[in-house]
Amino acid sequence: MTFIEYLLERWPELTELTLLHAQVVLIAIGVATVISVPVGVAVHGRDRASRIVLSITGAALTIPSFALFGLLIPIFGLGVLPTIAALVLYAIFPILRNTVTGLESVDPAMIDAGQGMGLSPGQRLRLVRLPLAWPVVLTGIRVSTIMVVAIAAIAAAVHGPGLGKLIFGGLARMGGANALNDVLAGVVGVIIIALVLDIAFLVLARLTTSRGVRV
Amino acid sequence: MSEPVPHGRDQMMIRLERISKRYPGQSADAVAELNLDVKQGEIVVLVGPSGCGKTTTLRMINRLVQPSQGRIYLDGEDVTQIDATRLRRRIGYVIQQVGLFPHMTVGRNVGLIPKILGQDGQQIAERVDELLALVGLNPDQYRERYPRELSGGQQQRVGVARALAADPPVMLMDEPFGAIDPITRERLQDEFLSLQQRIGKTIVFVTHDIQEAIKLGDRIAIFGPDSTIAQYDTPERILAHPADDFVRSFVGAGAAVRSLGLLHLRDLPLPACERVEDRRTISEDATLYDALDAMLQAGVDELAVAGAGDAPPRLLRWADAIRARERAATGSERAATGSARSGEAP
Repeated sequence: MTFIEYLLERWPELTELTLLHAQVVLIAIGVATVISVPVGVAVHGRDRASRIVLSITGAALTIPSFALFGLLIPIFGLGVLPTIAALVLYAIFPILRNTVTGLESVDPAMIDAGQGMGLSPGQRLRLVRLPLAWPVVLTGIRVSTIMVVAIAAIAAAVHGPGLGKLIFGGLARMGGANALNDVLAGVVGVIIIALVLDIAFLVLARLTTSRGVRV
Repeated sequence: MSEPVPHGRDQMMIRLERISKRYPGQSADAVAELNLDVKQGEIVVLVGPSGCGKTTTLRMINRLVQPSQGRIYLDGEDVTQIDATRLRRRIGYVIQQVGLFPHMTVGRNVGLIPKILGQDGQQIAERVDELLALVGLNPDQYRERYPRELSGGQQQRVGVARALAADPPVMLMDEPFGAIDPITRERLQDEFLSLQQRIGKTIVFVTHDIQEAIKLGDRIAIFGPDSTIAQYDTPERILAHPADDFVRSFVGAGAAVRSLGLLHLRDLPLPACERVEDRRTISEDATLYDALDAMLQAGVDELAVAGAGDAPPRLLRWADAIRARERAATGSERAATGSARSGEAP
């Protein structure tokens, strides 16, 4: 069976796996964003606090993903839960890092002007700092997403959903029928998800960034 | 929080009373036991070398810097401890870097504080247009633009419009024209003075440029190197009677020439001018400085001074100019006797 024939025959299953893969990535990114942005807001401008938080979350990135999935089994068991937990852990650092950087790179003159004209600390954050940091935060989210799309393939090791199932299954049966096609389809699917999400984030960035600060 | 207004303080819009600031970890005060009264509707310029405490003093008025000691009164009310955010909404604030919010249009920048104060959209839109027109920007053309689409001078006009948005009685301006090219700066200074004639705010203005201080100030507070006020007086008196050697050196050489810039031709008693067509003409809005400059440039010793409206032209001769300057200097001397250093400690 050629790869084309394989695709024509298996496309409903492939589509489903791809959508599951994308779904688990987006859920993880959503959770990571909800955690990272408030933490970033809380620690920015405090040298010690941001150093500590960034060191811890940065260290998480260095854990080999295969090992991390395995380590989470005792806590979360198998399936969707450990997958999302691991992906969240990886996704936090780039978003947090960019939130802190984005907030700290706001021109001090804006802050001075905002404070001097009578904006409360909350208003300065909501009306000035966050909108100005937003493009940088969004870049962090985008970087996390691309990274996590690839890592999510490893989740098959803990019976996580997604394209990893094809890749792992194919590699285990190498030489068997459609083994190579499975691996190939899994890899191509991961790439397509990454590309589509990347473009989606570019569009989102354009739609949500003021014309006054667009590059 | 407000205390009963002490006697004789009623017409002071701003009063700083023995105010000091010492930053943590510093051995000397950035501002030491400073007193300053600003009358309603006057422009007071704080001027001095860098590090003299003029900006710290300005920022204590709207409590961007919290004084270590002393009291601040705004329109008779003790505002030293009141909620700083609400205090600042009663005080316009303009800084050198302008600090317009780049992600908001000009209109949103100007309308931000009215919006926060809960005014309705229609009211805000009208106010924004009124203010843009006031600072010389066509509302239809500039309302929807973003700050980065404006020149430095235009940005600072928007900065001034934004500071005026909530119609505060007081404006604080920290070197607002410092980053603007000299030609635009001069035009903005002229516009600023004519704007002030219409709005009559109480303004405290910081600059390190003594020329700017002399041009804009109703009164000038010259800060000495020891973070105190070396002299607080009108520009005329500071030029004619510097309080000490520091003020003399800060005002610099050429005080007499500079004082020419304070005398407007329209205020001088001048004879009628005949044969206007043979002479160079100057507007009566010009200063004696402009007039002598024009004479030197043209190599003449007489100018026709055009009157406003139908008023007949008058004649300015070089010798009259010299006498007018002398009269003004001795006049201010008489005025200065007895009230010299009037703005100093009570």
